[in-house]
Amino acid sequence: MVDYVSLFLNSDFAGNILLAYFLGMCSFVAVSKNLNTAIGLGFAVIFVLTITTPVNWLIFHHLLAPGSLAWAGLPDIDLSFLKLIIFISVIAAMVQAIEMVIDRFSAALYANLGIFLPLIAVNCAILGGSLFMVERNMTFMDSVVYGFGAGVGWMLAIVAMAAARIKMRYADLPTGLDGFAITMIVTGLMAMSFMLFSGITM
Amino acid sequence: MLLTRTKAFKTFAVPAWDNNPINVQMLGICSALAVTVQLKTSFVMALAMTFVLATSSLIISIMRRVIPGNIRIIAELAVIASLVVLTDEFLRAYFYDISKLLSVFVGLIITNCIILGRAEGFAMSNPPHLAFIDGLGNGAGYASVLLSVGFLRELFGSGKVFGFSVIPESFYAAGYEDMGFMLLAPAAFIIIGLMAWLQKYLILRKDQ
Repeated sequence: MVDYVSLFLNSDFAGNILLAYFLGMCSFVAVSKNLNTAIGLGFAVIFVLTITTPVNWLIFHHLLAPGSLAWAGLPDIDLSFLKLIIFISVIAAMVQAIEMVIDRFSAALYANLGIFLPLIAVNCAILGGSLFMVERNMTFMDSVVYGFGAGVGWMLAIVAMAAARIKMRYADLPTGLDGFAITMIVTGLMAMSFMLFSGITM
Repeated sequence: MLLTRTKAFKTFAVPAWDNNPINVQMLGICSALAVTVQLKTSFVMALAMTFVLATSSLIISIMRRVIPGNIRIIAELAVIASLVVLTDEFLRAYFYDISKLLSVFVGLIITNCIILGRAEGFAMSNPPHLAFIDGLGNGAGYASVLLSVGFLRELFGSGKVFGFSVIPESFYAAGYEDMGFMLLAPAAFIIIGLMAWLQKYLILRKDQ
């Protein structure tokens, strides 16, 4: 249990998927202009990451990893080179399926998330979550906790950034520094403060 | 006709500087930040990216009349993902050390918004040779940012360029120290921010 709490905290803060591994930057820069859409996208990312990381774990360890096809009588086959294509297809398919389910059962949530859901398929944080899960040899429960933690970390970062950008609207910046440049510099300062959490262990 | 006036040259030059994919269009930042701790990894990443970008634009442009509109994103992703798998396997076979350093970031070229953006915005509506050149131009723009950030971070962070020490021993003896901060994540954000500022300032001044 303690391991899971520690993994969760690490993926939220010191190993934040956005501020330490730079994943999901494109939508981070574009969407943090508006606080409400940032919150909506944050929830959508948590949702999709929590589902796709474990699903990809199951697929990788039962179909793709070296020796995982032993149950089908093919112990020598190594399909792990297919993981990129399979993962991105799973993510695209899951996003599509989640979109249809939300559309069917909650019109209000669909109206809020509607535009962001398709964009999530090409958000590198989602694919990155699955690839890190393979690279770090996680167990199934680890992948569930990691997917959720990474999503929460991403949301923390984008919501904090959206809030900071509201204040920055009134800042008088030199020519050319406004927009993208100052956003990156503020993100750098934010990344520094998130690194302070790296001392926390359970 | 001057070389600089041809359509092909403009297709190459505009994305390489004026409409730089990273600093101006703000696309594909993830990988630009993560692999730039050393110049070597930035260089390999820039080559891999340019290869995938130019080839995918070429293939998608050749197929642009047969790809149905509704499922074009999936078709484009399939082309891109296959090229990325090729690149990844190639690096793993011939440059194993570098591919270990790049870890998941080669795979993440698939979701790099520059590639899908060029496929959607340019390759689907232009003939193959222009699409290929456009891919090269965007690759060059991406590479220029990656190499400059990689250069700065490696030079100030570990006193090396391409793995060779360039800061003389006498500097260290006189009390010079490498800035460990340059090797950490926040430094990458700040350097990119400052470079974007410089580039936007130069472009704005030219327009006036």
